[in-house]
Amino acid sequence: MTNKLGPYSDKVMDHFMNPRNMGEMEDPDGLGEVGNPVCGDVMRLYLRIKDGIILDAKFKTFGCGAAIATSSMVTEMLKGKTIEEAKKITNQAVAEALDGLPPVKMHCSVLAEEGLEAAISDYERKKGQIS
Amino acid sequence: MRKIFFDHISTTPTDPRVVEEMLPYFTSQFGNPSSLFYEHGQQAAKALEEARAKVAGLIGAEAQNIIFTSGATEANNMAIKGIAWANEDKGRHIILSDIEHFSVLFAAQALSRWGFEITRVPVDSYGIIDLGALKASIRADTILISIMHANNEIGTIEPIVEIANIAREKGILFHADAVGTVGIIPVNVGELGVDALTLAGHSFYGPKGIGALYLKQGIRIDPLLQGGFQEAGYRSGTENLPGTVGLGVVAQIAKEEMPSRIEHLLILRDLLWRGLSQRIQDIHFTGHPTQRLPGHVSFWVENAEGESLLLHLAFKGIELASGSACSSNIRGRTEEDLAASQVLTAIGVPSHICTGSLTISLGKDNNREEVEYFLEVFPGIVERLRAMSPWK
Ligand code: FES
Repeated sequence: MTNKLGPYSDKVMDHFMNPRNMGEMEDPDGLGEVGNPVCGDVMRLYLRIKDGIILDAKFKTFGCGAAIATSSMVTEMLKGKTIEEAKKITNQAVAEALDGLPPVKMHCSVLAEEGLEAAISDYERKKGQIS
Repeated sequence: MRKIFFDHISTTPTDPRVVEEMLPYFTSQFGNPSSLFYEHGQQAAKALEEARAKVAGLIGAEAQNIIFTSGATEANNMAIKGIAWANEDKGRHIILSDIEHFSVLFAAQALSRWGFEITRVPVDSYGIIDLGALKASIRADTILISIMHANNEIGTIEPIVEIANIAREKGILFHADAVGTVGIIPVNVGELGVDALTLAGHSFYGPKGIGALYLKQGIRIDPLLQGGFQEAGYRSGTENLPGTVGLGVVAQIAKEEMPSRIEHLLILRDLLWRGLSQRIQDIHFTGHPTQRLPGHVSFWVENAEGESLLLHLAFKGIELASGSACSSNIRGRTEEDLAASQVLTAIGVPSHICTGSLTISLGKDNNREEVEYFLEVFPGIVERLRAMSPWK
């Protein structure tokens, strides 16, 4: 089914209906939890990182279609990236990878970017404590 | 895919019997009701007045007190601004409730540039207006009270008779936006005691683009639209004759079929209500349990966001509405346009919680099987979203 007449692109709808990497992770190397001040929505992002490379990513999100789709998309984009590469992923890049978002929904992609930042700084903090 | 339409509070399909009666007025009966010197015009004027009488008959009014408009938004603007302008020498204070439709709220707020002040009266957790607060908000310069008859989001029916009594005692004019009720439940302007009342065709199986304002005999308003003196000068502009004829026909049908429709809606509503309370955990019904529209069920569920619910339901062919911030004003330009529903906020639901709100408004053509299908698919959708939520 296409949803071209609706507010979202087919890609957004695909990631919304079939979210990739949804779920939790035991003992993640990086964990980020961020909230959206506009509508009270929450994203939790889990990262498995080895030798500076993101091996796996999982998420749990409470939010709208755009929030769920951007969460799903960002986990896909993260896998296999180095920390330095991952830090360069912006909310615009996530939105573009989904063929765009309606203007009122751009802030939902910010949730994904902030979740990513939070998870990476959690990882760096933990690593700093160990070494 | 089959579609199940559960959003009759947003609009309804035009009854085919209505469309049929409208059709000649696009073609052979195309006359202008103001052209009284030849037959096309005379026929048009006759059709216009017949429609007026039928609309009046639906709400217990006299035909001469019905002004046709382009819809409810215009009728609300006409009532608020028209009464305010015509009475500004008496005062510049207007009272509304916290849960009015935007066409009432913003019409009133637009009057601030003419020095008018607005007081908004709170509602209780059922959405019923606080009559004590209403009385307390009345000032010496209050000229108008405008309260809706039934709320679209939570289905609550307001105590219009009591409000009318309060207004009358104080010599204040009272307008009711009755878009949610006219054609759905009995509405009688005399029994309600209103001075002005708004109705819209498309909320009860009439065409879009046509509505009316009832204005009690002797009440003056300044017109919004000046021109060729149509509608006794209250609303200039060549009449929407097909729409007007359609509104008349649908008014007559609604009057005849109302009792059986209400019975049908109540059966479906109870089925829905019971099914939801049995099958969904952490569900909270909103609005008044008994003082409510017959086909209306509204609620919020914990830990599942409204827009996500809407998208999943639409995928199953079920069409309804949400008051969640995330689904608001999707056509807006910036994120500032997103806001939790003012109605849910007014009844005290915290904004991060009203995210899971849904409104189901049933119509005359819905049936038991559709309600059962909804009850079958909805729990799975809620579970799916809850499994995704970081809170559970
Ligand atoms: S998360 Fe609320 S609008 Fe997207």
